[in-house]
Amino acid sequence: MNAPVAFPHLEVKGLTKRFGGLVAVKDIGLSVKSGEILGLIGPNGSGKSTVMKLIMGIERPDAGSVRIKGVEVAGWPSHRIARLGAGMVFQHSRPLYRQTVLENITLALLPDKLLRLFPDPAIEARARTIAERVGLSHALARRPSTLPFADLRKMEIAKAIARDPQVLLVDEPFAGLTSKETAAFSELITELRDDGRAVLLVDHNVKSVAVLVDRVFAMYVGERIAEGTAEEVMRDETVRRVYLGGRIETAARPESSFGDATPFLEVEKVNVFYGKAQALENVSIHVHHGEFVSVVGLNGAGKTSLFNAISGLTPYAGEIWREGRPLRGLSPAAIARGGIAQCPESRELFGEMTVRENLDLGGQHLEQAEREEQANWLFNLFPILAQRQGQMAGTLSGGEQQMLTIARALMMKPDLLILDEPTLGLAPVILEQISKALERLRQTTPITVLLGEQNVTFALPHADRVYVLEHARIVWEGDPNRFAAEAETGYL
Amino acid sequence: MSPGSLFVARVLSSRTVWISLAVVLAASTLPLYVSGYILGLLTVAYYFGVFSMAWDLLFGFANEVNFGPTFLIGLGAYTAGILDSLYQPPIAICIVAGAMAAVVGGVVLALPALRVRGPYFGLTTLVAVLILQNFVVVAAGLTGGEIGLTVPDVISIDDKVNYWIALGFMTASGAILFGLARSPVGLILQASGQDAVQAGALGFNVVKHKLAAFITSAFFSGLAGALLMFYLTSATPGTFVDVTIGVQVIIGAVLGGRRTILGAAIGAVFLIAMGETLRPLGDLATFIVSAIALVVVLLFPSGLLGLLTRTREAA
Repeated sequence: MNAPVAFPHLEVKGLTKRFGGLVAVKDIGLSVKSGEILGLIGPNGSGKSTVMKLIMGIERPDAGSVRIKGVEVAGWPSHRIARLGAGMVFQHSRPLYRQTVLENITLALLPDKLLRLFPDPAIEARARTIAERVGLSHALARRPSTLPFADLRKMEIAKAIARDPQVLLVDEPFAGLTSKETAAFSELITELRDDGRAVLLVDHNVKSVAVLVDRVFAMYVGERIAEGTAEEVMRDETVRRVYLGGRIETAARPESSFGDATPFLEVEKVNVFYGKAQALENVSIHVHHGEFVSVVGLNGAGKTSLFNAISGLTPYAGEIWREGRPLRGLSPAAIARGGIAQCPESRELFGEMTVRENLDLGGQHLEQAEREEQANWLFNLFPILAQRQGQMAGTLSGGEQQMLTIARALMMKPDLLILDEPTLGLAPVILEQISKALERLRQTTPITVLLGEQNVTFALPHADRVYVLEHARIVWEGDPNRFAAEAETGYL
Repeated sequence: MSPGSLFVARVLSSRTVWISLAVVLAASTLPLYVSGYILGLLTVAYYFGVFSMAWDLLFGFANEVNFGPTFLIGLGAYTAGILDSLYQPPIAICIVAGAMAAVVGGVVLALPALRVRGPYFGLTTLVAVLILQNFVVVAAGLTGGEIGLTVPDVISIDDKVNYWIALGFMTASGAILFGLARSPVGLILQASGQDAVQAGALGFNVVKHKLAAFITSAFFSGLAGALLMFYLTSATPGTFVDVTIGVQVIIGAVLGGRRTILGAAIGAVFLIAMGETLRPLGDLATFIVSAIALVVVLLFPSGLLGLLTRTREAA
């Protein structure tokens, strides 16, 4: 056994990456020693995945240094970084579907040479050893498409460790796995660390990686906000504020105050699969006429899948009713025309059209006068849009685009407005403006709202009722006032 | 057992190889009992088979759509033809020069094109064809322009000899391309085509492997183009460079089965044979052949051979 190395296997200093005007990663510095697991955590859009891509050479840093085993690799192409001794376990990858699992692992062991024309039995033997190590011996001759999801992840780990990298990057190791599978994976990653590797785990929250990591590095909108043991980071004030917000004033109306016999929307035991990964598992929720319901959950919990199922955009098992009538069988367009308007996470504005044209498209089915009136009401709700009427939607700031997305959906005069992560990537001051608009909407109109959020501070104040979605399942339902006491610890 | 002999043993145990060998043997006996007309037709078809196989290496394995196979074919044919008409060196030298010209042209084209992402690689290759076609017309003094270039030499005037040369060439090219595709480098190439980011993170220089595939594809396209030039003895932009010729090469490969190499040859030969069989129908023939190609591509995206291998794998 080698003695532990004195210098860190992975050392990052002053790392910065800009995408256009957006600073995705700002002056990040971290180091991972041999035999250590560092958890890099942050909410959606915090830049943690970009940091990993910068280390692996998939993206090129604008500034800063990345040292692997003491060698400066910033700006290198990823194949050179890989050969120096870094490996990455991808969350989503496209394996070779026509080849067997063994061939897929063999691939990762091949030298990067053009004249390797004959297979080498020694390489194949080594691939078998690696497969055994990750627990895939039973599936060597199968094709990836026939494997269960957990085995596919094992194959990805096998590929990443094939060249025996001293620095191992793992992207969301437990996404889509059951708790039993998660335990097996934790054990495997711990073993890999105990071999003397430096391991960097990227995930959304501390909780999911707490048992595994030696240290945690927390990021928010591209910057470092905390660093330390899992307990220290969970206690950190900034981290708590980012994930949970400060003290939250709620104004929930009791569920009994909605006197409808049949709720406006009922989702019953809905299951959604993407290939082998289960995005929703027996999810049941209901929304009353005029109610404001928030579904909170981290990125990947299944919020978007739930909304897409309701809007008819994704196939599902189970039932979804609108005012007692099933929505199944209706096209997405029919569901939208019927008054269920979704504001997608990705906004989907017409960037080459003006603000006004975007709004008019939303209100196409309205009479001229009615459209005018609705637009004026919306300009009242979002005054900034009135000033921007003639501007191209693509040139608006992120916050203005989000307001326009909501306004365009409201032009349809929907009965139910579905908002999917409206806060994504927005600065706190903008959140406040959108938050105020939602409050006015709630108080002055009979509209029903279903909001999906990972930002609890934003999701709770308006909500009458809250659902917590975690790993494809609803794990909590209740009054927002009880959220802090009952669900908060599980969320961080 | 050395890795090489182990590989040979593995190849010899493959059913595909034995079936192909049997088909080639049967095809080699054709000159004994079919007409010179059919032999001539098949001779051309076999060269198209090589064009399609070389194209499938890029599309099926490197996942790059080369809309300009005729850029490479045309470079090979015209270089060999011009060299022969100007200086009359031995034909072998002309043919090798044609293949080399295609390789050089391919590298010049691929180096910048492989760095751009998405559909731009395909568009670049398409533009290359148009440039070559225009060059042939503009430099008519050298290339014969629209009227055509005629070479003073032929490899043989015997139909049977020409047929066997084409068959032998297609068999050898097919064996090399098929072997490459199934070899460890072929595996790396497929991985680069399927998920370039991950292939890079596994330590593979994706651009290097795709460039090598492009060079290989260019070499066989150019070689086949030069050989076809000396069989037909004349070339016009319409027979060697035009986009419609390229489309035929592409349809042949897709029809036969993507990612199979051998399927591409079957598809190309099938296309030419069908076109000729239906020739009495006039313009309708093109329509019928296109319709068949469309139906196969829509209903069986894995192509004729892909369909066969899939049923076998399922069994």
